[in-house]
Amino acid sequence: MTDIKHMEARTAEHRPTGQGVTRRESLRIGAVGALSASLQLTRRSWAEAGSGNREADATEPVRTTTGETRIWDGHTHLASIRGEKPADRMAQLIEYADRMRIERLVVFMGWPFAYDPSPDQFRRQNDQVLAAIHDWPDRVLGYAYVNPNHIDHSLEEMQRCIVRGPMVGIKLWVAKRCNDSALDPIVQRATELQIPIYQHTWLKITGNLPGESTPSDLAELASRHPRATLLCGHAGGDWELGIRTVRPFKNILLEVAGGDPTAGFVEMAVRELGAERVIYGSDAGGRSFASQLAKVEAAGITDREKKLILGVNLRRLLSPIFKTKGLKS
Amino acid sequence: MQIIDTNVSLSRWPLRRLPLDETPELVARLRRYGVVQAWAGSFDGLLHKDIAGVNLRLAADCRKHGNGLLVPFGSVNPTLPDWEDDVRRCHEEYQMPGIRLHPSYHGYQLDDARFAHLLELAAERKLVVQITLTMEDERMQHPLLRVPHVDTKPLLEMAGTRPDVPIVLLNAFRSVRAEQAAALASAGNIYFEIAMLEGVGGVGKLLQKVPIDRLLFGSHAPLFIFESALEKLRESALHGRILKGLCTDNARRLHP
Repeated sequence: MTDIKHMEARTAEHRPTGQGVTRRESLRIGAVGALSASLQLTRRSWAEAGSGNREADATEPVRTTTGETRIWDGHTHLASIRGEKPADRMAQLIEYADRMRIERLVVFMGWPFAYDPSPDQFRRQNDQVLAAIHDWPDRVLGYAYVNPNHIDHSLEEMQRCIVRGPMVGIKLWVAKRCNDSALDPIVQRATELQIPIYQHTWLKITGNLPGESTPSDLAELASRHPRATLLCGHAGGDWELGIRTVRPFKNILLEVAGGDPTAGFVEMAVRELGAERVIYGSDAGGRSFASQLAKVEAAGITDREKKLILGVNLRRLLSPIFKTKGLKS
Repeated sequence: MQIIDTNVSLSRWPLRRLPLDETPELVARLRRYGVVQAWAGSFDGLLHKDIAGVNLRLAADCRKHGNGLLVPFGSVNPTLPDWEDDVRRCHEEYQMPGIRLHPSYHGYQLDDARFAHLLELAAERKLVVQITLTMEDERMQHPLLRVPHVDTKPLLEMAGTRPDVPIVLLNAFRSVRAEQAAALASAGNIYFEIAMLEGVGGVGKLLQKVPIDRLLFGSHAPLFIFESALEKLRESALHGRILKGLCTDNARRLHP
């Protein structure tokens, strides 16, 4: 998540205009303001979505890669989207994802956000994500949101959501800095399950939250757990420092979501880490798919490198748990 | 589709080399996506004290590259001695249609009397005034170059008294929310571009609050990736009059 206050404000300010307007009607009246109303809350497969959207396209996507690029977005949220139910919110995210030709979305955390959620709170948020997965099984993946301040409950939640449920990874946010040894049981269990751990990281000149991890904190965790697969969320925000910090730790991958679309970011990440260690994510709905995709699509790197970042790497990370669950990628 | 990009900069970003910071390369990228006009300021205008030299180079670069695509918007710093002559030169010597201000880099607020005087001069010369509210995310600024966002509150009162000056707020949406933008749009002749607009479907959602005729296309290239702004049009499924208004028509009304 990028900027909590900004995102919550945006959630509050985006009021849909109503329901029941078809996509074609919305286009006919030319009412971009009726965008939310035009979102059809139906379940559609990826293939159906692709063909259904083309007639409405205002502009063609910026696709600099040749051939098919299967885009998996490793970082989305149900927050910052209007809707009473997870299904309502997920339908909107899927509609936007269709426009941008994104095949699958990883969702974690529900709403409302809480810096240090109680077990009841993170269970409730995971239930919201489980509902979204239930409605969109071929489009949505989930990471279980846990809190290292509640280790036993977190391990139970991993059992519920991942071992017995459909989720495929772990999300850690800002409850406790990740260099703390309290995280070890969670990381050990995730390593046993062969799932990735997504750790939010920022390095803010304006000051981090008390429990907000930096890339250096993640590097400490990585050195204690060399077999764990760790994702450095947001590349630490200050990506020029984040990239250098995680560079020596081969079990850390860098995630590019949630910061401004600053030119040169992905090029530096690929130069210093190799494309195999860079993962695309958007942080939608607080961020736009557009700005975050452009970081990769417009980067001065090869087609092969773009494809790795936009989907191949994430599929590789998830392949053990997909195999365990019998899922197809 | 033709695009007028109202927010590009030439020369060097002071803190990092950028993939498109050579003007010919920037022009080539803009042309690839149908940009027919780009309103160009200069990164040098942020910190250089010799603003007259900055604007001289900017005008020369715009003449030399792009075959008319680049439209120079000279920097004016009203805290410098004899700044009024920079306004005159921008208008008379370089035939610029507007000027670009960086209040937070130059150390003044929008309730400063010099800013009010600058608007008077702009009105007399029929210049568009661009105000850059920020250049980058405040959380990742260089520790020795921490620059606050420009506070737009004074504009709410001031803009109503100057309907004769079009004011374009650049990089507004890092610090200005949709409701505030709506209030500013109601208060005066104020426009916004989309470079720092975020949130999924952000342009479509903004249009629920701000009239389409106040929105312009802007990329903040080459510091930001040009394609980011372009993809936002697609994400919000803009089309027809709205798409054309945002991409070209609204800007053409300001600079025919």
